Amino acid sequence: MHHDHHNHHHDGMSPSGHPYRPDSDTSLSYWQTMEIAIRELLIAKGVTTPSEIAAQIDAMDSRSPANGAAVVARAWTDPDFAERLAQDAGAAATEMGFDIGPMKLIAVMNTPQVHNVVVCTLCSCYPRNLLGLPPDWYKSRAYRSRTVREPRKVLAEFGVTLPDDMQVRVHDSTADMRYIVIPDRPAGTENLSEADLAALVTRDSMIGTGLPRTPAA
Amino acid sequence: MAEWASGMTVRVKTYAPPGHVRTPTYLRGKTGTIERVLGPFPNPEALAYGVPAPALPLLRVHFPMSEVWGADTENPDDTLEAEIYAHWLEKADD
Repeated sequence: MHHDHHNHHHDGMSPSGHPYRPDSDTSLSYWQTMEIAIRELLIAKGVTTPSEIAAQIDAMDSRSPANGAAVVARAWTDPDFAERLAQDAGAAATEMGFDIGPMKLIAVMNTPQVHNVVVCTLCSCYPRNLLGLPPDWYKSRAYRSRTVREPRKVLAEFGVTLPDDMQVRVHDSTADMRYIVIPDRPAGTENLSEADLAALVTRDSMIGTGLPRTPAA
Repeated sequence: MAEWASGMTVRVKTYAPPGHVRTPTYLRGKTGTIERVLGPFPNPEALAYGVPAPALPLLRVHFPMSEVWGADTENPDDTLEAEIYAHWLEKADD
C-alpha cells in the first residue's frame, strides 16, 4: 500500500509520524495534592517565592555528568587532589566549587587491577549533585538485582569485558553514602589538558558500567 | 577500644522485620569485614516513620562474592561492599 507521508495522518499519530502523548486528565494523586498545598502555603506565608522555586528546579536540572568529569580530570592531573578525593570525596568536590549539599560522597578508584561498579539494590541512590539525574536503567529491577549477582555479565552487556585477573568490586549504595567511580586514566593522554581529559569521562565510566573514551586517533 | 573498627569480622543478622529496612535480604546471615566506620547517622528505619531516630554507627562491610553467592559465584575474587547499620550486625569470632 502506498505510504503518503504528507497528507495522510495515521490514527493517533502526529504529522511527523509519532504517537500523540495522551493528556493526563486524571485527577491528582494524594501526594500531588499535598505537594501543591504545601508549596502554596510556603508562598502565601512568605517562606519562599515562585521565582526561588523555579531557580532551584533550574539549578537541579542543570546538574550533569560534566561536574563529575571535572572532578575525575582533576584527580588525573593532580595526585594530591586524588589523595584528598580518596580520603574525603565530599570535601574534595566542595574544594572545586561543587555544592554537594547534604550528600555524603565516597570516591572509589579504579586501578589496572581493580574495577569498581556502583548499584543501589534497594532503590536508586545516585550522586545527583555530581552526575545529574540517574539514567532509567540505573533504577530498573534488572540492573539493581543483577549487578550484585553477576556483575561481569552485566558489565559485558554494557560493552565492558574485563579479564579474569582483574578484580570487580561492587558497591551497593544501601544507606547514607553516595559513590562516584574514578576511572583509570586512559593511556595516551599524557599531553592532554585538564579540560580535554574531562571530555573523555563519560557518565557510565563514573557509575562503573563504562570506561572513559580514548583520545581520537 | 571502639565498639566498631575497620578490619573487624561481623555477621549480618537474619532478622526479617516488617516495614522500611535498609539491609538487603541477600546479605542477611553473611559474614564480612568492616571496611570503614561511618556516621553516626539517624536510623533510617525510624526516620521513615517520623518517630525519634537515634543516631547509629554505619558500617561499610566488605564481603567476598563467594561468601555472598557460594560456589556458583561468577568470580570468587570479586567483592561486594554495602553499608549496614550497627543494629543489624553482630561480631563474629573467626
